[in-house]
Amino acid sequence: MLSSVQNPRLFFVRCRFQFHLPSKSRHFHGSVAVRTSETVMEPQTHASSTTPPSSEILTIRKSLLSHQKKAVDIAEEYLNRLRQTEPQIQSFLHVSENALRDAQAIDQKIERNEELGPLAGVLVGVKDNICTVDMPSTGGSRILEDYRPAFDATAVKKLRECGAIIVGKTNLDEFGMGSTTESSGFQVTANPWDVSRVPGGSSGGSAAAVSARQCVVSLGSDTGGSVRQPASFCGVVGMKPTYGRVSRFGLMAYASSLDVIGCFGSSVVDTAILLHAISGHDILDATSSKRVVPDFSSQLTSMELFESKPLRGLRVGVIRETLGDGVDMGVISSIKAAASHLEELGSTVIEVSLPSFSLGLPAYYILASSESSSNLSRYDGVRYGNQVASDELNSLYGDSRANGFGPEVKMRILMGTYALSAGYYDAYYKRAQQVRTLVQKSFKTALDENDILISPAAPSVAYKIGEKKNDPLAMYAGDIMTVNVNLAGLPALVLPCGFVEGGVAGLPVGLQMIGAAFDEEKLLKVGHIFEQTLQGCRFLPPLVADSLS
Amino acid sequence: MASVLFRGIQTRPFLLYPSALLSRKNGVLFCTTKCSQSQTATQENQQTQMKVSPRTHTKKVEKILHDYEAIIGIETHVQLDTLTKAFCSCAYLYGSQPNTNVCPICMGLPGTLPVLNSKVIEFAVKVGLALNCNLSMNSKFDRKQYFYPDLPKGYQISQFDIPIATGGFIELDLPTEYGGGHRKFGITRVHMEEDAGKLLHSGNGSYSQVDLNRAGVPLLEIVSEPDIRSGLEAAEYAAEIQRLVRYLGVSNGNMQEGSLRCDVNVSVRPIGQLEYGTKVEIKNMNSFSAMNRAIDFEISRQVDLYSKGEDNQIIQETRLWEEGAQRTVTMRKKEGLADYRYFPEPDLPEVVLSEEYVDNIRASLLELPEVKRRRYERMGLSMQDVLFLTNDMNVADFFDATIERGAEVKMAANWIMSDIAAYLNNEKLSINEIKLTPQELAELISSIKGGTISGKIGKEILFELISNGGTVKALIEEKDLVQIVDPAEIEKMVDKVLIENPKQLQQYRGGKTKLQGFFAGQVMKLSKGKANPGLLNKILLEKLNAKG
Repeated sequence: MLSSVQNPRLFFVRCRFQFHLPSKSRHFHGSVAVRTSETVMEPQTHASSTTPPSSEILTIRKSLLSHQKKAVDIAEEYLNRLRQTEPQIQSFLHVSENALRDAQAIDQKIERNEELGPLAGVLVGVKDNICTVDMPSTGGSRILEDYRPAFDATAVKKLRECGAIIVGKTNLDEFGMGSTTESSGFQVTANPWDVSRVPGGSSGGSAAAVSARQCVVSLGSDTGGSVRQPASFCGVVGMKPTYGRVSRFGLMAYASSLDVIGCFGSSVVDTAILLHAISGHDILDATSSKRVVPDFSSQLTSMELFESKPLRGLRVGVIRETLGDGVDMGVISSIKAAASHLEELGSTVIEVSLPSFSLGLPAYYILASSESSSNLSRYDGVRYGNQVASDELNSLYGDSRANGFGPEVKMRILMGTYALSAGYYDAYYKRAQQVRTLVQKSFKTALDENDILISPAAPSVAYKIGEKKNDPLAMYAGDIMTVNVNLAGLPALVLPCGFVEGGVAGLPVGLQMIGAAFDEEKLLKVGHIFEQTLQGCRFLPPLVADSLS
Repeated sequence: MASVLFRGIQTRPFLLYPSALLSRKNGVLFCTTKCSQSQTATQENQQTQMKVSPRTHTKKVEKILHDYEAIIGIETHVQLDTLTKAFCSCAYLYGSQPNTNVCPICMGLPGTLPVLNSKVIEFAVKVGLALNCNLSMNSKFDRKQYFYPDLPKGYQISQFDIPIATGGFIELDLPTEYGGGHRKFGITRVHMEEDAGKLLHSGNGSYSQVDLNRAGVPLLEIVSEPDIRSGLEAAEYAAEIQRLVRYLGVSNGNMQEGSLRCDVNVSVRPIGQLEYGTKVEIKNMNSFSAMNRAIDFEISRQVDLYSKGEDNQIIQETRLWEEGAQRTVTMRKKEGLADYRYFPEPDLPEVVLSEEYVDNIRASLLELPEVKRRRYERMGLSMQDVLFLTNDMNVADFFDATIERGAEVKMAANWIMSDIAAYLNNEKLSINEIKLTPQELAELISSIKGGTISGKIGKEILFELISNGGTVKALIEEKDLVQIVDPAEIEKMVDKVLIENPKQLQQYRGGKTKLQGFFAGQVMKLSKGKANPGLLNKILLEKLNAKG
């Protein structure tokens, strides 16, 4: 099957290696050349611009501080776009009524010459499984329809302290369980690149909202790839931090040992600023890390300051197992091209093998289901959420849960309950934990030898809504690229690196960069250089491209 | 908002026995905390138990146990007296309005996470050391999963396969009135967990309400080895646990408030049989005496079934002690083992103890009851005195302080156990709440011993000191209570009394020698109680018997 790589840059890259890369470790790149030569290149309209993405957050800050724009005008601009695109995209479950009022407050601060927080006037979308005190937080589940938390999640609290405006709550697969956002209890979100396709999941709403520029940045959560895969599908930057970097307090738990709150942005700089705002130890989360949080964005300099080989000395490992069977040709081509691009920038790229890679997927589904079967026990209809009236306690539980949970959630609760049951625990849960240890060790070894590892963020680009709905195993298989990273608790950055033919303007492909624990800084730096030097790609979906360009 | 009233829920297990639930609520079946603090398990037994005489009851059990042996193991839940709950910053105050000691965390709201209160570890280590256990330097928390409306998260944070302490023992002395004896019972394990809330059932059982005040309060579960053989031993075991946690200052150990709860497993087997019989769990015993009686009842019931050849009627079940009817009744039958699907709690890091941490706690432990009992025994006190004095740490401290200030051991013990204890009992006070200090008690004792005042005057001064404070010296001076030890002065008074009562003198000399007491009383009265009684009697007798 031919896939179309719509990236003229590849020509350039390919030529470059044929000149000077015939060494042993380059074997891998040779195949890039072969594959790409089969692809059909098409001229594209949107790729004509070569301007690298710039930080929307810094632009907003600059225009506010220089009094070029008012926060209210900026907010209105985003809200207008949100209103225009929302009927097609449906990325929000709730839009704040207070966004303009919050923006006015920022303008008043500016008038009074008060200091502005780093996110002042920045509209942030928040995944609906993250608690907000002034908006409903449902986790995408009917069982929590209209539930209003008594507190803000720590990440949200920090955002507000930085001056951010929480614009609304984004759609997701119920409690984060799914890879398409089709499992939401309320609505299906569409991919802004092609509204007949899924935005990925479970943070599909957050990814689509940033992609369609309905908000500046957004928060998601990532248990097995729920930030990275939708970032890939929607052509935005997605950051899954190290486990423990960001407090989970206020995040409705799916699988506690794997869950992290992550960030979406339209540029690496925005993602870095957002991550910096929400990171750090929290006394309300015993698993949050006390490590010092570096200023992630401070090292992300402008392109003019780059050296000719800005990534000189960087050791990049391409995970062999992620470029084999079951991965779309177009995706493989894009990733190989990205590897070449990294090499162009001065890094050395070699292929590494993670033998336990394929074991990660079943281990992940056992562990995540087991923990979720426990974490979701609290949704029993007794204290909050939807209760089905009943004459008897067991049917109150049974009916409330049967009525409130969707089929995907029920399936995972059943799987998890089974895996933890007496007599099965050793064969499933315990064994999966052993696999987890293996995965951690093999990542450790690979990351001792390499600074970062790269792989696709997903084996395919965004697929059609409904395509995998009745084939959960096919959907689960789509998580193969990401789940291992959660098992190991490592940070990973996904950024768009190319296109595959599809939709009206092609479909974005995401490159995943995996770093050592708490090494987000390096990932963001490499990602930023990669992004700023990537030629000929502009990841603005056609839906909004006209109005913005 | 937090209090949820759900009409029409049948809470089956409890509905059958609404009385059992009420008993904890209005459970002033026995005396107050303070009162029970100064009682041993069996003292409580004697006071409160009207229906069955403990002695005859015990005899009956002894007879039964000639052919059969009871095997008893106890799971004790001790509520820890930490300032805040185990995993959130809520305070817990017994008796607060429902759902006022709650927060999003202990209510299990979405997105909340537990953060361990380090005091819980400290208290668990204290108890583990005091029970002579091996501590797990690396332990963890696990989730125990089941659904019940008083369990907000749908799981209880507990410890499963690696409890914080294992393999210890506890030693105790049985009360002398039951024949005495020293016992050593094994402790299988001690683990940390959180308490659940409470259900309040409506009078007619048509609805129930949830009170989450208690949810998340830290507990220690102490599991004994099946070493216990009778209701008396079980009650004394529980009383020793209570004493221990009070000595350690980790819990008030109050059974009526539910701060100390015992679930007892009882089985019976013919003597000589190696395998255990089917065990039955008993719940709902709100006092040590109830434990004693419930267990002995259950032993008799099981032995009865055995001796009738109906031992297959003994099934694995939970039985409830009915205080009113003085019997156990079926609460629920256990159909197979409940599967709690334990797995490691992912929200909490492992519990890692350092040697230094444990050593510091070990060094901070004060003298524990068993050590104290042995020390008092060596001082020459009788076991009865030893048990009384060591039962309440405050009493023991008072006693120790009194002796340190030079008081004679036996006299100090007697004063504390008789007059002071009686006063405390009447006034429902603890020994710390009275104005008498050990210093003054020691002074009082030496004043009596040295003959400065009489025992009778001593008693008067004692009550003065207890209620108003002050010093012995000042009181003696103020009230001019110094004993009259001058024989000439006493002789004068004796003469005066004899002269004033010629008729009685005649009767005495006529053989009615019982009248000596009358004369002694008159002389004492005349001396305003200050005459030295020994001297008085000696002189009086001489005068009475002098043919004159």
